[in-house]
Amino acid sequence: MSVRDQKATPGWLGAIPAVWLAVLFLVPFAIMLSVSVAHRVPGGFFEPGFELTSYARLFTPFFGRILLTSILIAAGAALICVALAFPFTVILAGMRRRAQTLVLVILLAVLSLSEVIIGFSLSTLLSRTAGVGNLFAWIGLIETSQAYTPGLFALMAGLCYLGFPYAVLVLYPPVSRLDPELGEAARSMGASPLRAFLSVTVPVLRAPILGALILVFVFTLGAYLLPQILGRPRHWTLSVHITDQAIFQSNLPFAAAMAIVLLIVALAMVGLALLLGREREGRA
Amino acid sequence: MTELTLRGLTKRFGATTAVEDVTLDIPNGRFVCLLGPSGCGKTTLLRLIAGLEEPSAGQILVAGQDQTRVPTHRRDFGMVFQSLALFPHLTVAENIAYPLAIRGVDRATRRRRAAELLELVRLPDVGDRRIHQLSGGQRQRVAIARGLAIDPRVFLLDEPLSALDANLREHMQVELRQLQQRLGVTTLVVTHDQKEALTMADMLIVMDQGRVQQTGAPMEIYRDPANAFVAGFIGSTNLLPCRLAGRQIRVAGTTLDLAEGDRVKSADGDAVLSVRPEDVRFAETGLPARVTFIRDLGESVQIVLDLEGREVSAVFTPRDRPEVGLGDTVHLTFEPGRRVVLAP
Repeated sequence: MSVRDQKATPGWLGAIPAVWLAVLFLVPFAIMLSVSVAHRVPGGFFEPGFELTSYARLFTPFFGRILLTSILIAAGAALICVALAFPFTVILAGMRRRAQTLVLVILLAVLSLSEVIIGFSLSTLLSRTAGVGNLFAWIGLIETSQAYTPGLFALMAGLCYLGFPYAVLVLYPPVSRLDPELGEAARSMGASPLRAFLSVTVPVLRAPILGALILVFVFTLGAYLLPQILGRPRHWTLSVHITDQAIFQSNLPFAAAMAIVLLIVALAMVGLALLLGREREGRA
Repeated sequence: MTELTLRGLTKRFGATTAVEDVTLDIPNGRFVCLLGPSGCGKTTLLRLIAGLEEPSAGQILVAGQDQTRVPTHRRDFGMVFQSLALFPHLTVAENIAYPLAIRGVDRATRRRRAAELLELVRLPDVGDRRIHQLSGGQRQRVAIARGLAIDPRVFLLDEPLSALDANLREHMQVELRQLQQRLGVTTLVVTHDQKEALTMADMLIVMDQGRVQQTGAPMEIYRDPANAFVAGFIGSTNLLPCRLAGRQIRVAGTTLDLAEGDRVKSADGDAVLSVRPEDVRFAETGLPARVTFIRDLGESVQIVLDLEGREVSAVFTPRDRPEVGLGDTVHLTFEPGRRVVLAP
């Protein structure tokens, strides 16, 4: 119809991202899928074929534990990140325009740091010889300086450093659009500021909070440098093992199989989170 | 009994003064409208009373007790916000019962009270709905019900009807007034709409530039405005420059004797004569003026005239509409006893 013809955005524009996605995402994914069922030639590379040997190797307690570790670490990082980022963003949105811009620019600047730089900076900062341990010892909090890396704490600190700006950037638009009268209304009805925050601000923004959780979860699930730099071998995530298999063991079929399993697990977790979010809404 | 007392209440934001030295006594059970143009400080004054802003100076007393430093959530006021601020994540009944839930009232009592309040605002059977399923007028009523949930000592409303269309707004004005009379709760409504204020209030507070210009009953303010701003803001009026000398004024080259009932609020010399459009009449003799426009609205007829370069508006009912046409010259008289001479 004529109305459709006069739309400001021509429909064929949608074809550009579609082709782009197909070429840059679907094709490589198909290649990876085919590699994951290829036959490995020990000492060599792999030859085309169809076998589930690589997948079968995954169903062992060893890889099960690695998968669980990966999920727990990513979920933990997501929870910590959003728990910090949400109040931060609420306070940020309440500041003056100028101050808000400044903070957002700093956050964007942080995004330009590479994972390697963050990892090595933190490992230096948390080390025994050059790290905060010396400061604590000097103040008198501890006897002598000690190392806080490698370990779970260092790893979490690194992942949260990585995920925090993303969490804030996802939360900022909805938080800044939130009607400030909602919180004021809660307070006028007898809720203390903390109670108003927990009973109104948080539930009203449940969807963006869930979105930020999912983003940081998926993002940190793929981190493969930080666990090696800041974590102990038992904190090595599936991503680290994928790198190991692909680059150092030359076992591309196995690496591809692990990547596909990781993808499926990540999708399942996101689906579960969305489902839980919807159920909560239905009940409330 | 005085319910709400403000003493020298002042609020400054940096270099600007939003509310300046407001001193008021609001008796128990009154329906008060805070009226003024946008930016006059009326919303800030309401927020000060609610405790959402901290005053720079002055005191707020409720039933004689100082509440100036009491935080909002301990004031036990009811409030309706301009955006209504209904909670989208709760049902209608949960919204209304929110102040009760905060106070630890049990679930059964909460449900009963919510149903009771919905009945009160004539909106039964919507308790389980979500806010986005309601129409604008229904949301308005839910916000009012929520504000009344704890039987507040003082009920504060910030431009509560501004989001509604004209018909619904007029209807809700009447309803809100009737509800308030039934409950007898001391009510303070902020509005910029003088018709709304005249419909609802039994006490008006007219504000401009952060200061209270006049306080009193609506008709008292209408008949006896304290200054030219109030005369122009409450109802419409014709403001004509004049010279006052004792009980005589000279306006547009004609000298008029003031009659009993005419009010003088100016010293001798330059002054402003305020005459309401309904008090402008045509006669055999008087100030000559030319008809420049006739606006016939059916229920009333407005005739716009040119009096020595100044625009004068006269309003007639269809019954006493004079037979004049565009360009005719008529003679104006101003109803004796209803004229006000104000300071320039």
